[in-house]
Amino acid sequence: MSNKESLVVVGNGMVGHRFIEQLIQAGGLDRYQVTVFGEESRPAYDRVQLSSWFTGTSAEELSMVPEGFYEQDGVELILSDKVCTVDRELCEVLSESGRKVSYNKLVLATGSYPFVPPVPGHDRDGCLVYRTIDDLEAIAETARNSKVGAVVGGGLLGLEAAKALKDLGLETHVVEFAPRLMAVQVDEGGGQMLRRKIENLGVKIHTSKNTQNIVDGDGTVHQMQFADGEVLNTDLVLFSAGIRPRDELARECGLELGERGGIVINDHCQTSDTNVYSIGECALWSGRIFGLVAPGYQMGQAAVDHLLDVESTGFTGADMSTKLKLMGVDVASVGDAQARTPGALSYRLIDEEKEVYKSLVVSGDKKKVLGAVLVGDAEEYGSLLQMALNDIKPPQNPAELILPQGSGEAPKGLGVAALPTTAQICSCFNVTKGDLTGAVAGGCQDMTSLKSETSASTGCGGCTALVKQVLDHELEQLGVEVKKDICEHFPYSRQDLYHLVRVGEIKSFHEMLEKYGKGKGCDICKPTIGSILASCWNEYVLKTEHAPLQDTNDYFLANMQKDGTYSVVPRVPGGEITPEKLIVIGEVARDYELYTKITGGQRIDLFGVRVNDLPAVWKRLVDAGFETGHAYGKSLRTVKSCVGQTWCRYGVLDSAGMAIRVEQRYRGLRAPHKVKMAVSGCTRECAEAQSKDVGIIATEKGWNLYVCGNGGMKPRHADLFATELSDEQLIKTIDRFMMFYLRTAGRLQRTSVWMENLEGGLDYLKEVILEDSLGLGAQLEAEMAANVDAYQCEWKTTLEDPEKLKRFRHFVNTDEGDSNVVFVKERSQIRPASQEEKIIAKSA
Amino acid sequence: MEWATVCSAGEVTELLGIGALIFDHQVAVFKVDGELYAIDNFDPFSQANVLSRGIVGDLKGELVVASPIYKQHFSLKAGTCLEDGTVSIAVHPVRVQDGMVQVALGSPVSQQAA
Repeated sequence: MSNKESLVVVGNGMVGHRFIEQLIQAGGLDRYQVTVFGEESRPAYDRVQLSSWFTGTSAEELSMVPEGFYEQDGVELILSDKVCTVDRELCEVLSESGRKVSYNKLVLATGSYPFVPPVPGHDRDGCLVYRTIDDLEAIAETARNSKVGAVVGGGLLGLEAAKALKDLGLETHVVEFAPRLMAVQVDEGGGQMLRRKIENLGVKIHTSKNTQNIVDGDGTVHQMQFADGEVLNTDLVLFSAGIRPRDELARECGLELGERGGIVINDHCQTSDTNVYSIGECALWSGRIFGLVAPGYQMGQAAVDHLLDVESTGFTGADMSTKLKLMGVDVASVGDAQARTPGALSYRLIDEEKEVYKSLVVSGDKKKVLGAVLVGDAEEYGSLLQMALNDIKPPQNPAELILPQGSGEAPKGLGVAALPTTAQICSCFNVTKGDLTGAVAGGCQDMTSLKSETSASTGCGGCTALVKQVLDHELEQLGVEVKKDICEHFPYSRQDLYHLVRVGEIKSFHEMLEKYGKGKGCDICKPTIGSILASCWNEYVLKTEHAPLQDTNDYFLANMQKDGTYSVVPRVPGGEITPEKLIVIGEVARDYELYTKITGGQRIDLFGVRVNDLPAVWKRLVDAGFETGHAYGKSLRTVKSCVGQTWCRYGVLDSAGMAIRVEQRYRGLRAPHKVKMAVSGCTRECAEAQSKDVGIIATEKGWNLYVCGNGGMKPRHADLFATELSDEQLIKTIDRFMMFYLRTAGRLQRTSVWMENLEGGLDYLKEVILEDSLGLGAQLEAEMAANVDAYQCEWKTTLEDPEKLKRFRHFVNTDEGDSNVVFVKERSQIRPASQEEKIIAKSA
Repeated sequence: MEWATVCSAGEVTELLGIGALIFDHQVAVFKVDGELYAIDNFDPFSQANVLSRGIVGDLKGELVVASPIYKQHFSLKAGTCLEDGTVSIAVHPVRVQDGMVQVALGSPVSQQAA
């Protein structure tokens, strides 16, 4: 027998499990042998994220228990076995399966159960609750044969449940007894905005509805009958009308309970029996139940401290502020959100266009922030919460805290410098600002290491922005510069480098390195500066001093594929191509056995060209009148177009003609990243111009210009920049726009990200380009003109230079090709062989 | 040690790699500040013979070539991968003899699909 004391924990929910972690962390296993009973068949899982189960998160992924956790010595977890009796005289618990365990200390973490209003019919088949994974399985099962679902309860959990029903594809209704949604957390205006946003998502909201009866439906399974005489027909009823503490064990063994339930505890989480503790949603502290997970964790810590005789202040109540995303809508509530404090002043912002509601509550003397409600945009949650918790004085005009920020203004809210070190930043894991600053000083200098060291922002994530601010501020304090250097060789950003090249008229990497850099350079700074030199002076990229700067794609003027072969894309301006040229492409592909594919940019890509064959392939293409398509470069790719007015019944201008003109003008222009453009002949927008860096759409009154759109990984709709332009105005505007982008963007920054990071954003860009606020217009146009004049087809130039052509071979000492390049046939074309296929090919 | 002649010294350009086939083995030869370096041409990450086409530079003083496919850096002197200490490629002795660049296949020769 061990001489350890026996600690029995009843309940393995989020708080019960976290308690065990807290106990182990504090070294509690040296003193206690722990037995944990769980009524469910699964160990603890994340109930906060429960609704994500319906969108594909598995029960395993929801689990909070690392593998092997309950297999360690000193802890035993018994699942699917409910404790049914506590004998406080014998200090013993008895489970349903007949298991008897003695305890020295007992912890009740039995949680809560969903409240089901006792209306007649509440226990019909298909009337369900939302609390456990088993409940979710029942909901999914019932939903399979349902068209309509109704959630009873419009609080936080009710809206989560409604999301679940919606994800299951049901017509979803929310029935709320109170006159508004989330009546506990938000004020009336917030509730209205929330309702508006959620209704826009297709959920029907019924407030002030008192359900009186549930009977057979009219064409549906159920009918809910309300006190006001109205009815709602539905196939599924989901109760989520609040929680009640699970205090039945405590009741039976005679522990003190609150008037309306809940196990009464003191600051150390002890019940009326000092050997029995209670934590989480079943516990009643100072007459209050805390229905959030963070206070439960704090109770757990208090209990651990007391069990291990560690001096602590215990549990002293918890802030019930909360920030969450309900059906994609940001909602946050801070402190006295409803302005119940006598004399409190309120400020409100209602933005019906953006569907944002914010209210701020301050004390009558304007010295304290008491509370806030944020709906639709909860960015200020972190700073408002900190101001409320730490008694930080609001500005003279407190409304500034929730007013939208004008362009060019300094960021509002509170600097993290103002926070005391005791300020709690992460409430899930009780991490203070002091903990964070200590960890930063101890070497955690990025978010990843700071999070893993302190656990901050690994719970609900509500504090992430604030943690980042603390990190940045501390790094600054420690003299660690938040670097914008492109690499170790140049302590400059791309903009700085561009400026240095332009102003200093620097013509080579070598010169840059001597004047402004150190070392030999690397695969980051070389191509970047190579590209800037090309942007500024547009010299041949394979000129001897520029050649070693180029990425292999720029060097071999083709796109390297995974097996070391290249793909080749001839330019097809505007996607317009003659049958003769199509035949040439086909013949080249056939003769060199290339894989051909039509690209998204209305061109043809030829894959599988060996480096030795590149010049011969290009010779044929150039002889037939093709030019390089710069598919390999950080430069203009294609200008996509529709056929426009010429053929289309709806077209109003010649979009294909304009696309060709634009493509010919900007071809070859080296930029911070690739650039895509498109021209549509009418507002039907067949060329998808609004997803391009530069999009042009014809109208009856001229061209409309859109800028800074993006497809790909982070799609962004382009912004309307100028309207009803003539051909000449259009070209002039794009000239300026492109040159300004070349000048000021960061390395590998697409126009969309560039614009979003420009101080002042789109408005500023309009001022510079359209109103010439910086007086740069003429200069930008002249720079572009010089670029256009200096254009050369890099492949044509290369083919004319026998010295350069020598570079296009795999081996310097033989004309053999790379024997590791092997193709197999698939769908009548080649593709690279897999490793297995290569081995088979070799042994054959 | 058996030296194999690869090309004339004039054919290797500063900072531009070249590939060479020695028996059945592919090597990449580089010249930095007049010094020659020879490493395997095979990139173990992409399983392709491409290192001769990488950009040459230095990182924290170490001469490196960056794989043109997934951008890992390999030391020209030691063959070690800077991003992954468990991976390295073979380096080979290289010299200029009578105006010709010569490489000897050093050991160990890494596994290579030649």
